[in-house]
Amino acid sequence: MSDATHQEGGADAARPISYTLSVNEINYPVTTSPGSALLAVLRNDIGLTGTKEGCDDCECGACMVLVDGQPVNSCSYLAAQAQGRAVSTVEGLADSSDLHPLQQLLLDAGGVQCGFCTPGMLMSARALLDRNPNPSDDEIRIGLSGNLCRCTGYDSIVAAVRQAADQLDSSTGS
Amino acid sequence: MPTEPFQIAGSIEDALSAMATGARPVAGGTDLVVGARQGKSPLPSNLVAVDRIVELSTIEQNAEGVIVGAGVTHATLMTDPLITSGYTALADAAALVGSPATRNVGTLGGNVMNGSPAMDTGAPLIVLGAMIDLRSQGGSRRVAPSKLWTGPGSTSASDDELCVAVALPKRSERSGSAYVRLEYRRAMEIAVVGAAASVELNDEGVIEQVAIALTAVAPTIVALEGLTDLVGRRVDEDVLAAVAAIASSQAQPISDLRAGADYRAHTVGVMARRAVDAAARRAAGETIEVPVNRAEGVGRTDRP
Repeated sequence: MSDATHQEGGADAARPISYTLSVNEINYPVTTSPGSALLAVLRNDIGLTGTKEGCDDCECGACMVLVDGQPVNSCSYLAAQAQGRAVSTVEGLADSSDLHPLQQLLLDAGGVQCGFCTPGMLMSARALLDRNPNPSDDEIRIGLSGNLCRCTGYDSIVAAVRQAADQLDSSTGS
Repeated sequence: MPTEPFQIAGSIEDALSAMATGARPVAGGTDLVVGARQGKSPLPSNLVAVDRIVELSTIEQNAEGVIVGAGVTHATLMTDPLITSGYTALADAAALVGSPATRNVGTLGGNVMNGSPAMDTGAPLIVLGAMIDLRSQGGSRRVAPSKLWTGPGSTSASDDELCVAVALPKRSERSGSAYVRLEYRRAMEIAVVGAAASVELNDEGVIEQVAIALTAVAPTIVALEGLTDLVGRRVDEDVLAAVAAIASSQAQPISDLRAGADYRAHTVGVMARRAVDAAARRAAGETIEVPVNRAEGVGRTDRP
């Protein structure tokens, strides 16, 4: 079975290193092997399990997080390379008790079925809207093209992102 | 051996110093780390992260052409005006790599040094006449990609050499380039086959220079030979048919899970003719959006 903590030798077997990771604006001191993937450190060392392990092969996007605002497949990104950078995960999306518009609209549109792709989908969508507040449907599909969903057929997800774009756009008054 | 198993280089000198004592460079990790996860080879015991070296992330124009830092990402290559205007085939290729997440961290230098015969950026570099700048503590050298790539995933660079830049020679006003690939899906895809072309036309619209290179049909990216007969002719159906025939005849593909050898040999001809067609139209001043695959609907089942 694939496992993000799987030890492969080399840097995975090298002596541990200590550093600090900033995740959702909170600093976490961690001690990991130099070859540890960001996904494994988020889930197993820091305890933020919202980010999912799907393929562990950089294909499915379930592990998508943002590093300095850009989407990154955390299964294949070395955690040590994220030190000094701002990591954002799905846990940081909601504002205390209120869901982020992307989360609420995804639920409303039926864009969540089994839910396993949802955290990664949300992070890709957020990065897209941060850099392009008014994307076309094509741009939404390209923005989400690294995220696989086996349930929804994508249309409801694209619709939710479009609605979120409209809602966020009007709420910022731009 | 280096004392630290993981270092972050702030400068090229830092990186070369770490590599001189056995550390291996990691930029985006989209080949290196994925390869380790897939069990191809374990991660190196000592790593030096080169993704924060500012000198590696610049694109600069000079009298000879454009110097692209090895750390420039695919996301930058597909949008940078110097690349999209003058070296469009490279932008076409960068726009097809992986997904937005891959393109944000994947680098040109990483592609070049990984040496995959299926890399999308490789054929564009060949037809654009790119040269690869390597540096170690022992000195610098500039090598042609055809001398660098020695087989699938192998290069002639020594372990302490870092790819620092890719030099793209100046282009004439009447030139155009394009890259197209056969793909089964639009993201997270690896080329089934692909082709890049560079075409320079004279004032009468006749071919003055043409270069074509093929992706995923040989142990390395390969440049086509025997194109001199095309010089002096207009890019018409006869020329495009000849291009397809030359490409198919010089392909030496393998069969694997993505395609059989016969299918690859045939379809690489189709990709070559589409690449030449798009490159010639760009040379004549037509705007074809990056990437050609999307603008022209390559891979669409409803393509006429």
